[in-house]
Amino acid sequence: MTSPASLRRRLATQLIGSAAILAAVLILLFLSFSRQIAQNSQDNILLASATSILENISVRNDEIVVDIPYSAFSMLGSVSNDRVFYRIDNDDELLTGYSDLPRPDIQAATNAFATRSYLDADIRTVSALKVIAVNQRIETVIVTIAQTQEGLTDQLNALFKQALGIGVGFFIISSILAIIAVNRVFRPLQDLATSVSGRGPNDLEPFNTAVPDEMVPLVHALNSFTGRLDRSLSRSEDFITEAAHRVRTPLATVRTQAEVFLRRVRQDNNRTTLKDMIRAIDESSRAAGQLIDQAMVNLRTDVLDRKEVNLGECIVDAVQRLQPIASLRDIDLKLAPMDVHFAHIDPILIQNAITNIVDNAIKYSPPETEISVQIISESDKIIIRILDQGPGFCQDDPRTLLGRFVRGQSSTDKIGSGLGLTIANDVFIAHGGGLRLYNRQEGTGACVEAFLPR
Amino acid sequence: MCRSILAAIILALASPLPAFQIQEETVFEVDKKAGALRIISTADIDLFAPIIKSFQVQNPMIEVHYIGVTSTEIMTAITQENEAFDVVISSAMDLQIKLANDGYAAPHFSAASDRVPGWGKWRDSVFAFTQEHAAIVLSLDAFQGLDLPKTRQALITILRENPDRFRNRVGTYDIRESGLGYLFATQDARTSEVFWRLSEVFGQVGTQLYCCSSEMIDDVSAGDIAVAYNVLGSYATARADIADKIHIIQPEDFTTLMMRSALLPVNAPNTEGAGLFMDHLLTLAWSAPRSADFPFPNGTTDETANSAKLRPIRMGPGLLVFLDRFKRDQFLNAWEATILQN
Ligand SMILES: Nc1ncnc2c1ncn2[C@@H]1O[C@H](COP(=O)(O)OP(=O)(O)OP(=O)(O)O)[C@@H](O)[C@H]1O
Ligand SMILES: [Mg+2]
Repeated sequence: MTSPASLRRRLATQLIGSAAILAAVLILLFLSFSRQIAQNSQDNILLASATSILENISVRNDEIVVDIPYSAFSMLGSVSNDRVFYRIDNDDELLTGYSDLPRPDIQAATNAFATRSYLDADIRTVSALKVIAVNQRIETVIVTIAQTQEGLTDQLNALFKQALGIGVGFFIISSILAIIAVNRVFRPLQDLATSVSGRGPNDLEPFNTAVPDEMVPLVHALNSFTGRLDRSLSRSEDFITEAAHRVRTPLATVRTQAEVFLRRVRQDNNRTTLKDMIRAIDESSRAAGQLIDQAMVNLRTDVLDRKEVNLGECIVDAVQRLQPIASLRDIDLKLAPMDVHFAHIDPILIQNAITNIVDNAIKYSPPETEISVQIISESDKIIIRILDQGPGFCQDDPRTLLGRFVRGQSSTDKIGSGLGLTIANDVFIAHGGGLRLYNRQEGTGACVEAFLPR
Repeated sequence: MCRSILAAIILALASPLPAFQIQEETVFEVDKKAGALRIISTADIDLFAPIIKSFQVQNPMIEVHYIGVTSTEIMTAITQENEAFDVVISSAMDLQIKLANDGYAAPHFSAASDRVPGWGKWRDSVFAFTQEHAAIVLSLDAFQGLDLPKTRQALITILRENPDRFRNRVGTYDIRESGLGYLFATQDARTSEVFWRLSEVFGQVGTQLYCCSSEMIDDVSAGDIAVAYNVLGSYATARADIADKIHIIQPEDFTTLMMRSALLPVNAPNTEGAGLFMDHLLTLAWSAPRSADFPFPNGTTDETANSAKLRPIRMGPGLLVFLDRFKRDQFLNAWEATILQN
């Protein structure tokens, strides 16, 4: 029993197995009892037959005279259709009957039974004796009656069928009871499992439900495990925030100082160097921010904190936060009127993804163009479509842009890290959806479609 | 099997036993013979022939050999001389039961054997196909001027009152020779004491002993005897030619009812043919209404239900009792002492 298969199945198998053994024992006991009873009743009638013959043995003219009463054999015939054999001996000398019929050992006893074989059949024989005086001699007359056992066998076969019925019934009932009992025993375990899996991803509180004694250690272990998990999760969140600050604050300081310096420098080649420096700082800062975002996204996509939210509102909220940057470049952000779509999503992640996509559209479009954001509801999915009037994707297969740190050729003069679309794609895949990138058919511009399953 | 020893018992209980020899063999030939069936039987061939003929209508390729013998000869042939027969038909129920009890009969199961009620078969080996009365047949001529007796007691009175008229004119089976006669006599004795009183009177007036019912009936019709006791009623009823000369009585005190039966020996050479014949016989016997091919009283009416006077002989091991050596010797001694007193 080393297999780690279901405990419930193991317990049920063992209980049902014992029920089967008990049922078999029951059948065997029943059969042995009934065989004994049936054999006893055959023996009784055989003995009655032998006795009735013994009573009709007399002595006439110094001769032993046997006068078998008609009832001696007809009583045997009234019980079954078995064959009847007999012999009557004076000590070892046959008086009448079947001379080769085997006799049971009869010594001191007045009667004896035996099961023997005769004329190709199993027979039950009884011998009974009587001592009589013949001409002043003591003679022993032994009457042996035998009957085949077909009637007995028929009777036992009928009983066997009954016993089998009882045994099978017993087995079925106890199996049902066993299954009910097993289910009841395992219910607390199942309840615990349901309460564990039913918890939200951030709910790492200890379990306080009452459990049977045997499960207390398990719940203790579970609680200490969730405790450790809780601590390590908050530690890594802390680490990410900490890292962001540690990188971004000095970068911001360096950038400010470089700008101040740039204002004072007049020499052209020095100015170019300083501009390159500022740009590199911007790139690093952007990359740090995106890396932190991606780390956050990865952490959250493991267990989505889904909520029932209005998708339209959620997107409008994210897009409007980019309004200032868009205005800076005279880009018109157009939000198509959005119906109320309730969706079961992690809003923080979805907003982050939408921000990255719209941010690209603003970044790669020329000034005084238009960006439109639409929500399209289809039977099996919701599509969020972001269209711009920029140059579009230059790659033959835009899907390569979804890879980490992959940037397009058009973007050499734009600051970026190549992680934006990767983050967006990860978010939608975690929701069971995905991203589709293509260039617009009419006019120029890129189109990004993000879809969520319904 | 221990035939020899069993045979010794048979010898002991039925001595002196005449050696078996075929007395009367009738062959029912067919045009194209594809098999033969040997039937050994105690029934009169004239009576039994229609059954064989209707069997051959259905099975035209089977030649039937019909061997007529007495019931004790059947025992000799089968148990002692190990003769091979396909079907054994006998009116001696006790001997048929003994054959089955001692393992000489093969069980037979078929749709036809299912028709036979439980009381009409034993161990699915011995199958009854008739129910026949043990009747008293009187010569009307001899009883002129006398009231016809209806009971054994009445017959005793008449015989006592008219000893000269009936002197040596009473007939019954020689039960030492005839198995059926012995069966009837033992059952009579078992049923009532009146049997011994009747035998006493038979002994006083003088009794002719017969081997067979048909001869007794012939002699009654011829006027040789006036009373035939324990005659097969079916044989007497069948004799339309002498119906006006004889009077058949089913005694009102009690009438013994015998079942003629058939069995298939274990050593039958033609088991298939034997099975077919058995089925044919049982179908005729146990279907209502009675077929014209069936010359015996039909089996389907449970006669015992009709009348309280009927004493059917039940199949079963009880019938073995009177076949016991001691029992038989005692019975025959008593019988001889009363009947053959002269
Ligand atoms: N709307 C768009 N129009 C044209 N090119 C685009 C557009 N969106 C993305 N791209 C191309 O896809 C590339 C990958 O975009 P992605 O957002 O992943 O990286 P990025 O914008 O360069 O950097 P960041 O991580 O700062 O967003 C971009 O470098 C750009 O070439
Ligand atoms: Mg980007």
